[in-house]
Amino acid sequence: MKILVTVKEVAEVADDFEIEGLSIPETYLEYDLNEWDDYAVEAAVRIAEDRDEDVEVVAVTIGPERSEETVRMALAKGVDRAVRVWDDALAEADVLDPTTTARVLAAVAEAEDPDLVLSGVQAADTGFGATGVALADLLDMGWAAVVNDLELTDGEASVRRELEGGVEELTTVDLPAVLTIQTGINEPRYASLRGIRRAQRKELAVHTLADLDLDPGLVDDDLTLAGMSKPESESDATVFEGSAEETAAELETVLRDAGVGAE
Amino acid sequence: MSDVLVVADHRRGELRPVSYELLTVGRELADAMGGDLRAAVVGGDVERFAEKLDCEGVDAVHTVAGGEEFNHDVTAAAVTALADAFDPAAVVMPNSVNGLDYAPAVATRLSLPLVTDAVALDYEDGLTVTREMYGSKVETVIDVTSEPVALTIRGGEWPAAEGVGDAAVEPFDVDVDESSIRSTVRGFEEVGAGDVDISEAEFVVSVGRGIEEEENLDLIEELAEALDATLAASRPIVDNGWLPKNRQVGQSGKVVTPKVYLAIGISGAVQHVAGMKGADTIIAINTDPDAPIFDIADYGIVDDLFDVVPELIERFD
Ligand SMILES: Cc1cc2nc3c(=O)[nH]c(=O)nc-3n(C[C@H](O)[C@H](O)[C@H](O)COP(=O)(O)OP(=O)(O)OC[C@H]3O[C@@H](n4cnc5c(N)ncnc54)[C@H](O)[C@@H]3O)c2cc1C
Repeated sequence: MKILVTVKEVAEVADDFEIEGLSIPETYLEYDLNEWDDYAVEAAVRIAEDRDEDVEVVAVTIGPERSEETVRMALAKGVDRAVRVWDDALAEADVLDPTTTARVLAAVAEAEDPDLVLSGVQAADTGFGATGVALADLLDMGWAAVVNDLELTDGEASVRRELEGGVEELTTVDLPAVLTIQTGINEPRYASLRGIRRAQRKELAVHTLADLDLDPGLVDDDLTLAGMSKPESESDATVFEGSAEETAAELETVLRDAGVGAE
Repeated sequence: MSDVLVVADHRRGELRPVSYELLTVGRELADAMGGDLRAAVVGGDVERFAEKLDCEGVDAVHTVAGGEEFNHDVTAAAVTALADAFDPAAVVMPNSVNGLDYAPAVATRLSLPLVTDAVALDYEDGLTVTREMYGSKVETVIDVTSEPVALTIRGGEWPAAEGVGDAAVEPFDVDVDESSIRSTVRGFEEVGAGDVDISEAEFVVSVGRGIEEEENLDLIEELAEALDATLAASRPIVDNGWLPKNRQVGQSGKVVTPKVYLAIGISGAVQHVAGMKGADTIIAINTDPDAPIFDIADYGIVDDLFDVVPELIERFD
C-alpha cells in the first residue's frame, strides 16, 4: 500500500510586522510545517505502523529549497521519502489558485499512484481550504473533507467529518481516496533525534513543472494579488495600559461592574 | 449571460443561515454583472426549502432532488450541471464544512478560477475578492481576471436576505451516474456532551494556545475558580487533550453567550470567534497588539498572561 501526504511549509508573521507593497519582508516571517499537515503525516505514519502489509508513505510539497527543512521534519517522523516541486514559474506566482496547486500535486500523484492521499484541511497561511478536494476530483478519486477520525477497511475508509456546531457526520468513502485531515484526529509525535538523523539520508527528489510534463504557463492562472494590508481595526476596545498590577486593577473594576465575583 | 448562481446550504432538515447571506451576495453580484440571481438547492425537502429561498430579489430557484442529506458527489454533479445549463458568470457557494467538501470539485470540473472564504466582493470591470491570510492578521485583495468564476463566501459577513419574492421555482433533473457516487453518509452524532454545559454559563474564562503547557492550565483554573466562572478553551487546548471537547468554543465546538467572556492567550481566529462573538462583554489578554481578538473585544490588555493572571487572581481571592 502506498500513502501520499501533501505537506506545506507555512509562514507565520511576527507579532510586530510591516507590509511592503504586496508582501511581508522575510525578517517578519517564520516558517514551519503546516499544523494541519502535521496531523495528516501522523495519520499516514500510524497506518504504516499498524498494518501487517508493507506501507510506503511519500510526502509531496510545493516549495522553495528552504522548505526542505520542513519536509525533513516529516521524514524524521516516519515518512519514507519525499518529492518537492519548484521552479521559476512557481517562485514568481504571487497567489496560486488552489486548483492550480492541485494540478501540480495531481501530476506527482499520478506518477506515484497511491492507494490513499492525506492532506491537511487548510494551510495556515493562505487558508484556501480547497486543495485536497480539488486534487481528489482531478485524480478521479473519492474524497472526504475535514476528517477527524479514520478507519480503513477493505476498499473503504470509514471517516468522521467534523461539521459545525459539535455535529459529526459518519461517512464511508471508496478507496482510493483523498481525505483532508483535521487537527485533533491524533497526537502528532515529536521527531526523535534518531529520526532526524535518519531523515538526512532519505530520498528527497526535486522536480520542475517541466519534469512533470506540466506547462509552466499553468501557473499564470486567473488570480492576481492586488492588495495586501493589515485589516482596518474596527476595534473600539478600551485597552488598559500600565504594569500588570495596574491593568489587573482596571480589569477588576470592569469585572465587578459586570457582576463577576459578587456573592 | 451574466447570471449568478448561488447554492444553498442545509443540514438535517434546515437551511443553514449562510444560505440567506448567499442570496444577498448573489443579488449584489447579479446587479453589478447585469444578470439574474438563480438560487439552487440540492437534496433534502427541496420544495419547502425553495419557498424559503424565494426572498426579495431572487429570480429563480432551481430544486434538485438528491437524497435526504447532503452528499458531495450528488451536489458537485448537480451544481456542475446547473452551471452547464445556465452558464452563470459566477457560482457562489458557502465556505462551510460542506461547501468546502464540494466547491473545489465544481471549480475543477468547470475549469473555473476558485477563490474561497471571501469576506468582501467588489465588481467594476472585473471581480475583486477580499480575503484574509495568516489567521486574519493580513487582508489581501485578489483580482480575478477571467469569468466565469467560482467563489465560496464566509458566513456572517453579509446580511441575510429578507422579504418574499416571486421567483420561479424550477425543478431541475440531474442524471447522477451511480458509479460517480463514491461516498455514503451513514449518520450524524452530537459530540461534546459532558459534565458542564459552557453554553449556559454566565461568566466564561477561556484559554488558548498562549498557555503553552498543560501544567500552566492550573493557573487559569485557579482564575476561573476565583471569579466563579466556567472554564472554556480554544481548539488547540482540546486537540492536545488538555481539556475535554465539551469545553471547546467555536465553529465546531459550542456557541456561548455569557455576560463576560475573558479570552486569555487566544488569537481570535474566525472559527473561534464564531462561537463567542455574542457575549455581552468581551475581554482579551494577549501579548500581540495585532491579534484579531482585539477587533471584537470591549476591553483589552496587551501583556503577558503569566504576569496579568496572577495579579487578577490575587484581587478576587
Ligand atoms: C474547519 C475548522 C474548524 C475549526 N473550529 C474551531 C473551533 O471550534 N474553535 C476554535 O477555537 N478553533 C477552531 N479552529 C481552529 C482555528 O482556526 C485556530 O487554529 C484556533 O482557534 C487557534 O487557537 P488559539 O487562538 O488558542 O491559538 P493561536 O492562534 O496560536 O493563538 C495563541 C495566541 O496566544 C497569544 N499568546 C502567546 N503567548 C502569550 C502569553 N504569554 N500571554 C498572552 N498571550 C499570549 C499569541 O499572541 C496568540 O494570539 C477550526 C479550524 C478549522 C479549519
